[in-house]
Formats: sequence, structure tokens, C-alpha cells
Amino acid sequence: MAAQLGPAVTREQIEDFLYAEAALLDEWRLQEWLELLTEDVTYSVPATDVPDGDAKDTLFLIADDALRVRSRVKQLLGKSAWAENPHSRTRRLISNVRIREANGETVRVTANFIVYRMRLDQVDTYVGRYEYTLVQQEGQLKIRERKAILDLEALRPQGKVSIIL
Amino acid sequence: MDNALASWIIDNREEGVFRVNRRTLTDPQILALEKERVFDRCWIYAGHESEIPNPGDFRARNVAGRPVILVRGSDQQVRVLLNTCRHRGALVCRERAGNAKTFQCPYHAWTYNNRGELVGVPGEDAYSPAFDRQQFALATPPRLESYRGFLFISFDLAAEPLEDYLAGATEYLDLVSDQSAVGMEIVGGTQAYSMRANWKLLVENSIDGYHGIPTHQRFFTFLVDSGIDLRGGPRIPGVAKALGNGHAVMEYDAPWGRPLARWVPAFGEAKKAEFAALHKALEERFGPERAHRMSQYNRNLLIFPNLIINDITAITVRTFFPVAADYMEINAWALAPKDETPENRALRLDNFLTFLGPGGFATPDDVDMLESCQRGFLNREVEWSDISRGMKSDHPVPTDELQLRTFWRRWNELITLSQSVRASAQQAA
Repeated sequence: MAAQLGPAVTREQIEDFLYAEAALLDEWRLQEWLELLTEDVTYSVPATDVPDGDAKDTLFLIADDALRVRSRVKQLLGKSAWAENPHSRTRRLISNVRIREANGETVRVTANFIVYRMRLDQVDTYVGRYEYTLVQQEGQLKIRERKAILDLEALRPQGKVSIIL
Repeated sequence: MDNALASWIIDNREEGVFRVNRRTLTDPQILALEKERVFDRCWIYAGHESEIPNPGDFRARNVAGRPVILVRGSDQQVRVLLNTCRHRGALVCRERAGNAKTFQCPYHAWTYNNRGELVGVPGEDAYSPAFDRQQFALATPPRLESYRGFLFISFDLAAEPLEDYLAGATEYLDLVSDQSAVGMEIVGGTQAYSMRANWKLLVENSIDGYHGIPTHQRFFTFLVDSGIDLRGGPRIPGVAKALGNGHAVMEYDAPWGRPLARWVPAFGEAKKAEFAALHKALEERFGPERAHRMSQYNRNLLIFPNLIINDITAITVRTFFPVAADYMEINAWALAPKDETPENRALRLDNFLTFLGPGGFATPDDVDMLESCQRGFLNREVEWSDISRGMKSDHPVPTDELQLRTFWRRWNELITLSQSVRASAQQAA
């Protein structure tokens, strides 16, 4: 599903990639989503009061390495991740996609997001921006860094980030 | 209030029966009573002195329903100021954190210094001679005291001294505070979240060993994935204790790694020797027995009514306030040794996030469970919850519910103004 890349990746290719990724997450096809990640991937969500922090010295909400994110997916697809059992419905809207830097096979991308999560009569809305580092591996785009920076001032009333944001 | 019960709990120690009436978790009238008889009477955690290390440093936050400013004045003194202009009420501090010599109300530009004194009033000559600036300093809670850097306020002028109030909990605050010879600090970054549930459910949940295995099965799966051997079963024996004044603790052995200083394979071979050295340093300071307890054992501590300090995969300081009978706001921080190496700080924060926080592998499921309980309470016909586990045991363990009963007994005394509470209030007066 990843875009085939020419010499220079275009915004349209990036958009196709991000939309396809969002569809996998909304459809709970999380095993396929894992295939989009590099072996050294990181996935993080900073604290709402220090959105530009570094996870090495600042408390985050999520700061997964590859092992952690694979375990997260395994848990979410299993039975005992109670916050997502039964699964919530989600719908992701991604826009304002911008290529910020393209350097050889590495592309730095930002995009805005709204993620709606529906479960047990509640609708929770997550608003923020993504920072991606994408790399071209064997002609396919892969995700090396995926940071979801919330614009929310607190997880209120959402209470948690139990999905892949 | 209408239809108040003489007691909201059934506490029969002889028979081993303990029940809590579920109206305590749903009724807005109970919440109103709690504000008056619990939150306006007890010592309430406001913050940690390390959050405002330098003169002028401030943090604005809500404590016990009030917007307050924690500030270190130019005179080095730590104060808690009520964030409302003495003129007409506006917030004088509109930032969450920063450094300031003065707080100026944006409405009519009354200006206060960082000690809370009113130092500027535009057009002051229009006021009569009866107007005295000194009477208009920013208000403060009647009481402010700190223990080992933990700052508490009380809105009850007659409150007993903080250390008396903390009673047996000081031993456990010491076990956390002693983990560095130079002091502990709150790390940057707040986990600010919420639950659509009554605040007392989070008190229960934070010190409840019984839910660990069923609710957090996924976390134990992760531990196995990260190289921890659980074949002997997750070891959680240990003790549960009442510490006086409604405070309680459970202390136990568990399979996860601890940043100070219980090594597990996920920390990497390179760290093995360093962790042994960290442990050795504790032994030198405190002797083998206390060092072992500090570095190898886990503690979930409740300081009544709403402060949790859990020293587990890392140390979290968590406090929460009811907004409605079925909704609370929660703030949680990481506490760490000031002199920790950057590498070990990173490891600590990484280990923190495995279990703790609204994106971790445990807390989201706690949120789900407590919200689920709150939904269940809509069945008003089911009036009582059972909290009797281990009630007849001579050696209560974390999977018993002594900790929860300890909280509820004190809560019930305060809410019903039982004889003992009235007596102690009269004594204090």
C-alpha cells in the first residue's frame, strides 16, 4: 500500500500514504499498520503542558520504541486491553499536510489531525498535529518517527489515549 | 441533606461485613458535604517545593476547587496565594507556570508582588483615606505547611499540625524522599487527565491490590514480552496497613524493574552493575534492611483524602478533585532523585510509562473500569458495594481491602460528623 517513490517524493504521495495509514487504524487493521513502521520506529505523545518536550527528560503520555509499539498492538488486538474491548470506533481527519524537509531518502512531514473516538455513548475528540519522519525503504515509504502532539490543554474529558492516536 | 443515613458504611468487624452505600458515589448532595467536611477541613496536597526552585517561580493550578498560585517569593519563601484579585475578582495569574516579580490583574491593573502584597493601584488618589493597601494583599489559605518538600494547604485554621495529620504516612514519605541524598524533584511534564467517575473510586483503585491481575493482565503480558520471567507467578504478597487519619499503604514485591534500584533485563546488561552500585549506595546510607525495602519493594500510598504516591515502576504523585459526583480531574507527575544521571532519568521515565499514565499499559484500563462502575451505579436498586475482603485476617495483604476500608471509615466519620470527629474538632478549638 505504500507509495512507490520517484526521485523526489511529492505531497500527493505523502497524503496518499497518510490517508491509507489512517484507514488502517480506523479499520483496526493494526497488524498491517505495523508493516508501515521501520525496525527502529518511535511513537510518542507528549504531555499536554510540555508539547515540545524530549521524552528523555520530560514525562510524556506515550513514548514507545519498536518493542513497545508492537506490544501495544498485540495488547489492543487481544482481549485484556479493557479500554478498547470492545473496540471503539474511530474516524481520523488529516489535513494541512506539509513536507518540511526532504533529505535523500528521509522526509520530514507535518500534518494536522482530528481523531474522533466513539464508545459507550461518548464521543471524544483529539485535536493536534503530527510530526513524521518517513524513510524510503526498497521503494516504499516507512515510518521512523511518529509524534502526535495534542493541542488539548489536558485529556479532559477524554481521560486517556487508549487507541493509536 | 434529605434522606441522609446515620452511616454511609456498614462496618461489622465481628462478623467481617463491610459495605459502602453507593449514593456516596452518585449523589450531588454528598459532593456538597464532601467539599465542606473533607476538602475544606483536611490537609490537601498543593504541590512540591521542587516545582518552584527559584525566586519568582510560580505554578498556577486548581487545588480543592480553588485556583491558586504556588510561588516562591523574592524572599525565597514558598507561598500559596489565592488567585483572585482583591478588587473585583479576576485571576491575577493567567499563565500555568513561569517566573514573575509581580502579578498584575489585567482588569484594572492592580499589581501584587510575588509575596502577594498589593504594590500598585492606578489612580489611588481617588480612594478615601479608609483605603489601605495592606488590607488588600492576595489572600492565602489559612494554613500552609510542608513535609519533605510536599506542600499541603488547609482551609481549616484549626487543623492539627501537618506532621500530626500525616501520622504513620511520614514513614512512607521518608522512604520516597530518602531515595536521593540531595533531594527529590518533580520532573517536567504533567499527565493531566480525567475520569467520568466519582473521585473516591480512584482512591480505591490506586491502593487496591486485588484488581491488579484481572484488570492489568495486558501489562503482565508486556512484562513477559520485555524479558521478565513470570513463571513463578507475579509475586505480590506483602502487607497492607492503616496509617492513621484515613491514610493507608500497601507494600509488596513485584516482578517489574524499579529505577532505584531493581534491575531487569529490559534495562540492558550494561546497567546491571550500575544498579547494583545504586543499591549499595543505599545500603551504605540506610543499612541493608531499609535499603532493600527502598529499592526492591513497591509502595502504593494514600494520604487522605486525595493524594496518591505510588512508588512502583517509577514514582508517581497523583492528586485529583471532584468536579461533579460522576467526574473528576486528575494530575499526575513523576518524582525523581535530583542527582540522577540523564541516562537513568531517561530510563526511569521510560519505565514509568510502561504502567502509569493515561497512555500507559495500565491506567487506561483503570479509567475504563471506574467509568464502568459509575455506569453500573445507575442501577439505583443495588444500594451497597462490598469491601469486606480480608476483614477477618490478622495479616492483611495488598489483595485484601483493608486499605479501602481505612479510607471509607475516615470518610464516613467526617461526612457524618460522628462523635469522635466532633470531639476532636472541639479539642482543636
